[in-house]
Amino acid sequence: MALPSFQVETQTKASAVFGIAAAAALLIAFAAPLLVSRGVIQDLFFILTMLVLAQNWNLLAGYAGLISVGQQVFVGFGAYAMFGCVILFGVDPLVAVLIAGVLSTLLAIPTAFFTFRLYGPYFAIGTWVVAEVVRLLLAQWKALGGGTGTSLPRDATRDMLGVGLMRDVFDMKASQAGDALTYWLALILAALTVGFIYRLLRSKQGLGLAAVRDNEQAARAVGVDARRMKAFVYLATAFITGIAGALIYVQKARISPDAAFSVTDWTAYVIFIVVIGGIGTVEGPIVGVIVFFLLQNLLAGYGSWYLLVLGLIGIGVMLFAPRGLWGLVSDRTGIQLFPVRRMLKGGSLNQTSKGGPHG
Amino acid sequence: MTILQLEGVSKKFGALTVAEQISFAVGEGEALGIIGPNGAGKSTLFNLITGNIATDSGTIRFCGSDVTRASPMARCLSGMGRTFQIPQPFEKLTVFENLLVAGSFGSRRQEHEVSVRCAEILGDTGLIDKANVPAGGLTLLQRKRLELARALATEPKLLLLDEIAGGLTEEECRSLVATIRAIHAKGIAVIWIEHVLHALNSVVERLLVLHFGKVIGIGKPAEIMDSRAVREIYLGIEI
Repeated sequence: MALPSFQVETQTKASAVFGIAAAAALLIAFAAPLLVSRGVIQDLFFILTMLVLAQNWNLLAGYAGLISVGQQVFVGFGAYAMFGCVILFGVDPLVAVLIAGVLSTLLAIPTAFFTFRLYGPYFAIGTWVVAEVVRLLLAQWKALGGGTGTSLPRDATRDMLGVGLMRDVFDMKASQAGDALTYWLALILAALTVGFIYRLLRSKQGLGLAAVRDNEQAARAVGVDARRMKAFVYLATAFITGIAGALIYVQKARISPDAAFSVTDWTAYVIFIVVIGGIGTVEGPIVGVIVFFLLQNLLAGYGSWYLLVLGLIGIGVMLFAPRGLWGLVSDRTGIQLFPVRRMLKGGSLNQTSKGGPHG
Repeated sequence: MTILQLEGVSKKFGALTVAEQISFAVGEGEALGIIGPNGAGKSTLFNLITGNIATDSGTIRFCGSDVTRASPMARCLSGMGRTFQIPQPFEKLTVFENLLVAGSFGSRRQEHEVSVRCAEILGDTGLIDKANVPAGGLTLLQRKRLELARALATEPKLLLLDEIAGGLTEEECRSLVATIRAIHAKGIAVIWIEHVLHALNSVVERLLVLHFGKVIGIGKPAEIMDSRAVREIYLGIEI
């Protein structure tokens, strides 16, 4: 029998076009601080940092099956690590952001040691408990303001790496330059995060991760090291979430334990974004964060009704579109912007099925 | 040459003994059938061999090394492939991707190195038309074939099949037997748990009878089927 010539494809037409469009959008986004007002830049910063958090939570829950409600621990710990470096040791805030990422990863090691013994809902509760413990511990740290919190010294942000340069080149005020700089960093962080996750999912490890999520016992039986894979994802997301948390608080310049470890701000909203956008896809969190931002602005004047409406929308999506808004679009049109499916082509295959997204 | 050797393997779940002093060996390229009434401990024995359940005592040697304490993953990597009695597909992955996972991780190679082989296995097991369909959408029979295909993709030296012919029509059963014969002919050792005796006996060289966790007979299929004990405890119940 002659061997049929099989090929494996992951690219789609839409994804090739989208790749070019995304590159163009990224270029425009880089120029944004020179084109739009400071208020818009701050909104974009918020969107980008929430996108980073959402992509990370999606990787954890949608791919590694680790449903954590305690990711605020890495936001808060990263932020406090950055504050500690700046206030106690006089480190430049931007360098402190990187240190914060490393320290968050280190924190994730003992955290994983405890929480990985738990499964499913118990893991979720365990992560929340860890987050509360770390919050209570840091609230005791008097040098960083204890329970009431503290602010970054004015000079620290004004003399931040690159701010002086931007003042000279673009003729910006220090505060404006600071916002532009944090925005650019958020943009780079978001692009790298999406890039990293997409690369991971297209790799052999990504395929193994999807197998572990679908059926851990069977994955082990075909030689996948499920434990190691989950640990890697957990540590990687701790690193990125820690960096995002630190960056968010360079921009806020004021910290308190309750705000930095807020389960609503850094986990509930993030879960909302991932769920309405579409869990288990790279596109989902991008759609979700835009919808979330629009809703937040639309409902800003309605006080606590805002949370109520968010909750109702979340429930609605879970009931009627369990794969999120992007799932609806993708199911109807077959479009995938970040395809990870390995489609078998050639041989005697009939080519009708599209396979759909992984999630 | 022996590929798998069990010596005095025992397991208790509380007061219930599910494996008692089980000892037997399987040669390289041999096909061994395991029969026994429901609840005899056949699937438990598989789980002990593959490491999904830890033994209480006894040793299991595979390819010359002691694997009694090795994880299921490590045993897969050293050449054990298995199917589950209740199929366990990766439901959100396509059939082809199910094989890619098994092929690339099970044989420690890159995806592109195993993709053609995976496609061929899909052809051999009659799943090629379903290659790009999510495994969650398969029928029970297709899921059973996927179990077999996925185990093959790991490039096993020993293949453990757990009731893979149950519920098949006569025609389907014949084609499955042909597939397993072809696998066996390539020199892969097979241990096959099955209630469909004519299918089993047309492939295996020896039969092992399990009853309440104990081996009560092992030998050529014809001798085993004739033995008094087997007739009483097994055939008396089943037929």
